[in-house]
Amino acid sequence: MTVVLVALGAAVGAPLRYLVDRAVQAGHDSVFPWGTFVVNVVGSLMLGVLAGGSAAHGVPGSATALLGTGFCGALTTYSTFGYETVRLLEERAGLYALLNVVAGVAAGLGAASLGVAVASAIWG
Amino acid sequence: MPDSPAPTWPEPVDSDVDLHDPAQRGELRRAPRAVLAAVSAGGALGALARYAATVARPHDAGGFPWATFAVNVSGCLLIGVLMVLVTEVWTAHELVRPFLGTGVLGGYTTFSTYTVDVQRLVTAGSAGTALLYLAGTLAAALVAVSAGLGLTRAAARRPRVGVR
Repeated sequence: MTVVLVALGAAVGAPLRYLVDRAVQAGHDSVFPWGTFVVNVVGSLMLGVLAGGSAAHGVPGSATALLGTGFCGALTTYSTFGYETVRLLEERAGLYALLNVVAGVAAGLGAASLGVAVASAIWG
Repeated sequence: MPDSPAPTWPEPVDSDVDLHDPAQRGELRRAPRAVLAAVSAGGALGALARYAATVARPHDAGGFPWATFAVNVSGCLLIGVLMVLVTEVWTAHELVRPFLGTGVLGGYTTFSTYTVDVQRLVTAGSAGTALLYLAGTLAAALVAVSAGLGLTRAAARRPRVGVR
């Protein structure tokens, strides 16, 4: 059952990442990979809420499988994040590469912590 | 710098989808259902592989998340290999990148579990492990992407004996 929920969540999360990335890129022309940044931060926030809720026994395991492991896992990506960083370095956009790493990790961690804080406010 | 007219390498900067590439810009209009179905199916397969890895190697509250580390680093190696193959080596079918890159590898690797696991390690009082995991994943991932790109480019450029 868990396997089905993970697959279903990911089947929605992955194409949503593709569509958000396109929409963000279409909004403004930039070398900085804002699309991936957005999905990674939003996914970290959402998984933070689910993880906090799960720890407080407010979120059932089936919801964590569907929305956490499946949806958030596939909405966010480390391969694209790593790939973009290396490609920016290769194209001599070292400042953007550094910014991608620092801003991506800092915003992702901040979002995850915020999510856990929100969960404890709801279920704590 | 941002829009330098002559890029060093032909690969796009964003492996999921890069609208600077005219073919990728038009792919969703040309075949919306096929592209989204390929990303969706690939994402489900990738996520199942990640789930299997975390079930096989679970970690306790203060422990190093080895499964997610291995998933993210191996996914980074493979995206480097794939992007050179579909850009420089093959004339790949239009759905290969959406299925394997955006879908399978995007669904396989995860940024949200990475950030939430770092947060959990800090909360569990394992700040040292958190920092090691944070920096270790990042360093290994970047090395893996570089290795995937570099090795595949080198292999693609090797002269083929007996083939004209």
